[in-house]
Formats: sequence, C-alpha cells, structure tokens
Amino acid sequence: MSELVYEGKGVIVHIKGPVVEAEGMRGAKIREVVYVGEEKLIGEIVRIEGDKAIIQVYEPTGGVKAGEPVERTGEPLSAELGPGLLGQVLDGLGRPLEVIAEKAGGPFITRGIKAPTLPRDKKWKWTPLVKPGDDVIAGDVLGTVPEGSVTHKIMLPPTIEKAKVIEVLPEGDYTIEEPVVVVEHIGGKEEVKMYHKWPVRTPRPFREKLAPVELLVTGQRVIDTFFPIVKGGTSAVPGGFGTGKTVTLHQISKWADADVVVYVGCGERGNEMTDLLHTFPKLVDPKSGRPLLDRSVLIANTSNMPVPAREASIFMGITYAEYYRDMGLHVVLTADSTSRWAEALRELSSRLEEIPSERGYPAYLPDYIASFYERAGRIKVQGRRDELGSVAVIGAVSPSGGDLNEPVTQHTMRYVGAFWALDKDLAFKRHFPSINWLRSFSKYTGGLREWWIKNTGHDMMAYRDKAMALLQRASSLEEVARVVGEAALSDENRLVLLSAELIKEGFLVQNAFHEVDTYCSPKKQALLLKTLLEFYDRARPMIDAGVPISRISEMKSLGLLRRLKFVPEEDFENAVKEAIAQLEAEISSLLAEVR
Amino acid sequence: MSVYGLTYKGIDQVKGPLVIMRGVPGAAYEEVVRIYSEDGREWFGQVLEAGRDKVVIQVLGDTEGLDSNAMVKFTGSTLKIPVSDEMLGRVFNGAGEPIDGGPKIRADDYRDINGAPINPAKRDYPDEFIETGISAIDGMLSLIRGQKLPIFSESGLPHNEVAAQVARQAVVPGKAERFSIVFAAVGLKYDDVLFFRRQFEEFGALSRSVLFLNLANDPVIERITTPRVALTAAEYLAFDLGMDVLVIITDMTNYCEALRELSSAREEVPSRKGYPGYMYSDLASIYERAGRIIGRPGSITFMPILTMPGGDLTHPIPDLTGYITEGQIFLDLDLHNRGIYPPINVLPSLSRLMKDGIGPGKTREDHKEVSDQLYAAYSQGTKARELVQIVGEAGLSPREKLYLEFARRFEREFVAQGFRERRSIEETLDIAWDILSILPEAELTRISEKTLNKFHPKRRIAAQAEGE
Repeated sequence: MSELVYEGKGVIVHIKGPVVEAEGMRGAKIREVVYVGEEKLIGEIVRIEGDKAIIQVYEPTGGVKAGEPVERTGEPLSAELGPGLLGQVLDGLGRPLEVIAEKAGGPFITRGIKAPTLPRDKKWKWTPLVKPGDDVIAGDVLGTVPEGSVTHKIMLPPTIEKAKVIEVLPEGDYTIEEPVVVVEHIGGKEEVKMYHKWPVRTPRPFREKLAPVELLVTGQRVIDTFFPIVKGGTSAVPGGFGTGKTVTLHQISKWADADVVVYVGCGERGNEMTDLLHTFPKLVDPKSGRPLLDRSVLIANTSNMPVPAREASIFMGITYAEYYRDMGLHVVLTADSTSRWAEALRELSSRLEEIPSERGYPAYLPDYIASFYERAGRIKVQGRRDELGSVAVIGAVSPSGGDLNEPVTQHTMRYVGAFWALDKDLAFKRHFPSINWLRSFSKYTGGLREWWIKNTGHDMMAYRDKAMALLQRASSLEEVARVVGEAALSDENRLVLLSAELIKEGFLVQNAFHEVDTYCSPKKQALLLKTLLEFYDRARPMIDAGVPISRISEMKSLGLLRRLKFVPEEDFENAVKEAIAQLEAEISSLLAEVR
Repeated sequence: MSVYGLTYKGIDQVKGPLVIMRGVPGAAYEEVVRIYSEDGREWFGQVLEAGRDKVVIQVLGDTEGLDSNAMVKFTGSTLKIPVSDEMLGRVFNGAGEPIDGGPKIRADDYRDINGAPINPAKRDYPDEFIETGISAIDGMLSLIRGQKLPIFSESGLPHNEVAAQVARQAVVPGKAERFSIVFAAVGLKYDDVLFFRRQFEEFGALSRSVLFLNLANDPVIERITTPRVALTAAEYLAFDLGMDVLVIITDMTNYCEALRELSSAREEVPSRKGYPGYMYSDLASIYERAGRIIGRPGSITFMPILTMPGGDLTHPIPDLTGYITEGQIFLDLDLHNRGIYPPINVLPSLSRLMKDGIGPGKTREDHKEVSDQLYAAYSQGTKARELVQIVGEAGLSPREKLYLEFARRFEREFVAQGFRERRSIEETLDIAWDILSILPEAELTRISEKTLNKFHPKRRIAAQAEGE
C-alpha cells in the first residue's frame, strides 16, 4: 500500500471506534492534531510506532475506511485566546455551538465541521498602551479592548520572551486578524495580533505561585461558612446521582464573586446545559450589572457527544481560565463532571489496549487528575506589573454507586483543598445543598478568620466552631435516639437536638430556586448564624427552670427563626430584631408559668 | 479499491456473534454487511473493526449454521431504517423490519439508527408539565414534556402497569393532541408484550403507536439495535412530523446484559461487574435522544423501564442510568407487599426538571412548597416507623407519633390510587393539604406564610368564618 503515501499525508490502515491507526506518518509528533479520512475528522496522535501513528479521533468514525488519507497539521491541540471568548458556548474542541449549528444546517451535530473559536469579522475597540521604541517582555500589556464585563488586556504572548515595539496601530476598531503591534526580537520581526494560540495541555507560565488567602464568596451558606473555598483554591464535589452536584455547581457559577467563570459541562446531560444557556443571559451579575453570560465561557460536551472530545474539554477550559488569570483577574472554573472525564480516559486507554489498573482505569490516572487541579492557584502574573490573578477549580465527582472509595474520588481528595461530600440521605429529605457536615472538609478555614472580621465585623469562624460542636453533639445524640427513641432522652439533650435542627433548617438548608434564598451575602450569613446560635443560649436556662421541652418546641418564634433566611437583605436586621423580641417575650411568659 | 457492493466468499473465524475476515481492504467502520450461507440462509451484521488486514463483523441474530464458506456482501452504508408516517400502527422487530404480516413501509427517508447528538445550543428547555393523573408522579416527581424519566423497578413489581397508566392518561394541559407512543420491548416475555398491546388497544392508542419487539427468545444481539431503531422512529415522528412522542423501552437491564455479552465476546477489559467501561457513554447515546428542539413543535418524552438486579440501586445499570436521566421513579417492593399501587417510593425518586415545569400558570402556585413539605414530612415519618421496630409505638414522642400517622395516610391516600383512577393536579394537591394539615403549623417549615394563608385547610376555614 506504500504507493499511496505522499508528502505530509498518511493512510489509514485500521479503524476501531475512535482509535485509528495510520501509516506513512514518519516525523509526526505525539499530541499533534491531524485530519482523518475524506471528511477530515479532527484527531490527535497519541502513540507513535515507527512510521505508524495511533490517532484518537474527536468525532464519530462510522463509514471511515482503511486507505483514506490522514493529513498532518504540525500543531498540538490548541486553544484560541483573545477577545470574543466571553459569552461563548463551545464544544469540547473550542468550536462555537452556534456556528456548528449554522454549518450543519440543523439541530444535530454532523461531522467534519471546522469552526474557529473567536469571531473573525467582529471589530474590537483597541486602545494601545505601548509606543514604538518601548521594550516589552512576555506578559506585558500592549493594549486593551473592552469585552463583556472585563477589560481585556492584549499581552505579549509567552512565546516571545522579550522584544522591542516597532509599530503600533492607533486607537480604533480592528478585527483580531489585524496585527495591532509589530515587535522585533532576536528572531526578527513579528506581528502581534489580538489573539494567539496556546497548547491546551501545557500550563501557561506565571512569575510566582502564592498561598491563596481570600475567601471566594459563593453566597451558599454551608460552603462559605462551614467549608469555604478561596480564590485560587480547589474543591471537589462528590455525590451519587440526585444529590445535587449540578445544582451546586450552577449556583457557584452564578453567584461566585469572580471576574470570569468558565463552566465545563463534561459528559453530562444536554438539558442541564440548555438550562444554563437559558438562565445565564437572564441573570444579572450583581457586581457589574451585566448579564452573567458576559463574564462566562461555557463549554458543553454532553454525554452523547464524542468521548475523546470530552477528554480534551477540561484542558480547553483550564487554558481559557489561565488566560484571563494572566490579565490579573479572578477566575472560577467549574467542571461537571471530572468522573466522566476520567472515564473518557479509561475508555481510550482500553481501546489502546493499555494494561488497566484499579477498576479498569489506567495507572496514570492520579497524575492526570493532578495535572488538572494543579493548574489552579493564586499567582503573580507575567510581565512587568504587580498584579495578582487566580484560578479556582471546582470539580464535580460522580462516584459509581455513590461509593467514595472508588479511584477517581480517592485520587481527587489528595489534590483538593476543600471537599464537599454530598449525602444521599440528606437529598432524600430534600435537605439541599446536601453537603454532609461531618464528612466534608476545608483546609482553608484557618486563614479566613481575619477576612470575616474585616468584611462582616463578625468572628464568623468562632460561630462556625460553635455551630459545628452543636451539630456534632446532635449527631451522636441522634444515634442514641435511633435506639431508644427521642422521648427517652433528657430534655437537655432534646434541646440540643432542637437547636441543631434549627441550624439545619434555618441555615444549612438553602433553596437554590427561591428568589431571596438563592444567594446569601457574608454579612447576612454571619448575622443569621449568630441569631440562630442565640436560641440555644437563651433556651438553656428554661430547661434548668423546669420548662418542658415540648413547650419550648412549640414556641411561635421558632418558626420565625427558621424562616429568617427568606427575608430580603434590606429588611433583614429588622426581622432579626423582631424575631429576638418575640423569642424573649415567649421565654419570659414560659418562665413565668413554671414559677 | 472499494468493496462496495462486492461480495466475498469465505470467512476466517466465527466467535460468538463475531465474524473475522482477512484480506478485505476498504471495509468501512460500522458498515452494514449481509452474510449468506450456502443453504440460502441470510444474516445481517455490522463492521466493528475495519482494517487493511483484518475486519471484525458483529452479526445480528443467531450465528448457528454459519460456515466458513459463507458469502459476505458489503453494502457500503451504515445501519439505516426507512421512516415515514406509515410506521404508525405497525409492529417491527429489533432490526426495524415489519413482523405484523403487513407490507414494507414506503420510506420518506432512511435514517442512521445511531442518530446524531442534538446540539446543546439548539435544545429547547423542557418546562411543560405533563399531567399523568398519578398523584405521586404529578405531585412530587412531575413529568415534563421532553424529559427522560426512567422507572427503577424489580422483577415482580407492577412497572408495566405504571408505564401503561402513564401512556393512557398523559396529557399536556391545554393541548388537545394526545401523545403518540413508541414502544420497544427488549428481551421481554411474550405475555408482557401482550399486556401492553392489549392496553394500547383498549384505550385506542394502537393507531398512534409504533411497536418494536425483541422478545426473550429473539437474538440477543438485536437487543443492541432495538432501542436505537425505536428512537430513530421516534425522532422522525417528533422532529420531522411534529408529534409529541412518549417512548417506553422495557427492559433496559436486558439491553445492558446484551452489551456485556458482546463486550466479553470482543475480549474487552471489563469495568464494574463485567460491564464494559463505555457503558455510560453507550447508555447516554440512547437516553440523550429525548428532548425538544428550538423551532420544532414535537418532543420526545422518554420513560425507560429497568429492573434493578437484586433491588440494588448502586448496581451499575441503575447507577449509570441515574447519572444520565433527569431523575427516576423508584418502585418499592415493601410498598407493593403492603398492597399499595402504584408502589412509588418518593424518597429515592426524583424529577430534575420539575422545578421549571410547575408553579403559577403551569400547575398551581403552592405546588413546589407542598411537594418539598411532603418530602420532608414523609422522611420524618419513615424515620419514626424505623423507630417503632426498635422501641415500639409506646416509646415514641407525641411528635413522632404524629409523623407516623402522617406517613400512613400519605401512603394510603396520596400515593395509593386505582389503575384506572385519574386525578387532576388540583385533586392531587388538595389531598396533600388534607394530609399535611394533621401536622402543627410550626412543622410546615418548607411552606411560606403566604401559601399557608391561602391554602392551609384550617386557615381557609378560619378565613371563611371571618368573612361571614
């Protein structure tokens, strides 16, 4: 068959699902992108054996035959970085879904569609910040364009170490294809456009990684107060189906106080993506007053879309996140779900006939998970400016059978700073978010005491510890009650149960679909928790005075306290005062009765 | 060199449902082949691996009688079925061929049975309530037009009855047109198939249904194609002809077992319990075909039925299904044994799309809060019931006794209803209030003051008294 081989092209010799073997590929590089077959399906070289290359193809391969050509591109799988990313909805390879629909001429995704990520015809308002003669180094800002809710900095790409500016286009409207700056370096003259490409599997460079210390406010009480994540931190959300992973991730993507949000829907439901696509343009970012979509990049590679693209989508997403980080912005990347991503890896590994390790996953699974989470962090950006940027990574994990001992969950736990274990029993009770307070953890709480005091005037971490102690006591009492019945417990212990119940209902349970409750500011969180904790302190003397617990649990003010969370921010302080006043009144009348 | 239309004689190896040939360059991946034995028997298969040196073919049907002298014809096309409105009222096998003695259907088009993924940007978000007339479903697990909501069951439970009742009663309020039904039996017993046929006949749905039957004694390998063929027909009816289609596929457990059998014949590395590692993606390629599309009138609402081996919710089949579908309706052996029909246990059940399909203008403004409160209260009630096992009813606190009573009435009055009983959503919610009102108001924490004032039976009576 060698007569069919010609320069730059190979021929297919074997097809098995998404794995294609081609000959005549001498000189091809690992991870190089190739076009496979007559329809030019996008693929990536994953293994080289002599002049044979093993290719994983990102599109369905039905109908492809041995003997069809394979075309090389010489480039690794790359992301296009430049203005025009925000507000986009992309597939796992960075192709805009709207453009795919246009080119496919219908609602179904067909094969072989080529669509660049960034619009080529759109003009951006360019403001130069350098002039001819300036010396610049990688990461220096050459100019800016406004994009969505951020000021997009056009930087000297990391590939040019240092150079001298020789030409700059004046302020005006340009497309991303126009060279806005021309620089000269050792290698000669080079045109710099508003966009460049970056290989997705290579982390983007920065000057220095710093310890993350600032709370990432999500507006979700159980997260911010009990198991917080910080800007540049990492977190995993494991939970069986129906425990509310996706809603938790959606909530964070909506409310997190970040400049840019990258949402990667990786191997999940199509309708969930549609839900986001419907709500993001409608919801308004409280900080900028613009639609949430203007600060977001959405990647949708749903479960029925090709598996190899699912594997690529996470890297595509984190590369976008790093790019905005490099502008000195705070970015949150949410990935739903990293388990589907790991499964894509398992599927490809099995097709490549690699020796499987635990549960069929390849032995390099932990390195793979680490290579993703380790790209999070708070950093000093490249270039000569004193700016900090961060990427926080929050990954959903879908353990099979809800078993947290399975490899993906276990390896993920090793690399994350916060772990929000979702609990099926809580979900069955419709206690959402179903984050189990006994099995979750956050390594960031220690550094946040200062933050809470400075921003809310409350020592929230002290409240947290107190509430946690109460919840833990209640949990062991519940164990006892499960055996002897609640009636057999002392009134003192039953007050603990009642107070813990109040914290659960009044604080931990948060309704994502309630217009007020969906977001709770740190100030409101602090005052709410403080108020609910007061109940126990005030009710405790009643027990000593001999007021029966049944009377205490009937107090009307308990209902008020439970529903305080639904009170809008502006009326909140008054509502707290009223509830406390009523509580005090009821307590004194109960005390008067027993005296 | 192409083998289109070319016929080769001789096969190298037959291994279970797999046929291996050498020296057939140019066979296309997933291409359909026809195999003829010397005595005139015919098989039909698909290329699983296309290589210059080796081609692996998966044969549909039993390979008994296949010999090494068989003739293999490459058709040059992937597996497609003819589609048109003539499918309605007809019965087909798992490969899409008519088996009701009627003529072949006139094809408007030929469609690849694997379909193509719906572009997520072109999906229309499902938010229209379907009234099934079953309280447990309408009240707490609302089915939404375009949703995929499976029934998780066990052998011996009345899942067929529940599915048939949904098919009979389902309407979108305010829409005159009834659902068309695409029914696929995967590895089913004949009497189960008869039950569904009789049901469809009885309520006059046969003329608007399409049946695809792969019975327990039909070739295992055709179980792989049956759901795909059925969904291809459903897609045509929904997105080309604009019909609202309800797809019922039973039993997906048989499908998964066929998948495992095939995977083991291919000597693939198994994942959990011997099922292939790609089962999640494979199931997704089936389940994700449900939905609605922007700018097109029809919809596919999908209700697959699966029996959980050993009633185990963590078994790979229900587990992977639950991760893909938009909730699940869980049938419970214990409820069934206590004589409750439909034996829906609402606690492990869920409808993910419910939140946007209910409420003012769709069902009733108190729907969401009532549903949340029922869940919370019933969960307390089952906790109290567990306690009774240990300490006896006498050991319960008055509050726990109240919840025990709540759980009993909830199961007897709200969940339980007749096979032919159809309750409107108003009736369903009114029954719910009736039961909730035995609890003190301070316990109704999931319901706002406003809703309590408007709907709580005691307050309504009080308000009426004041008015008079």
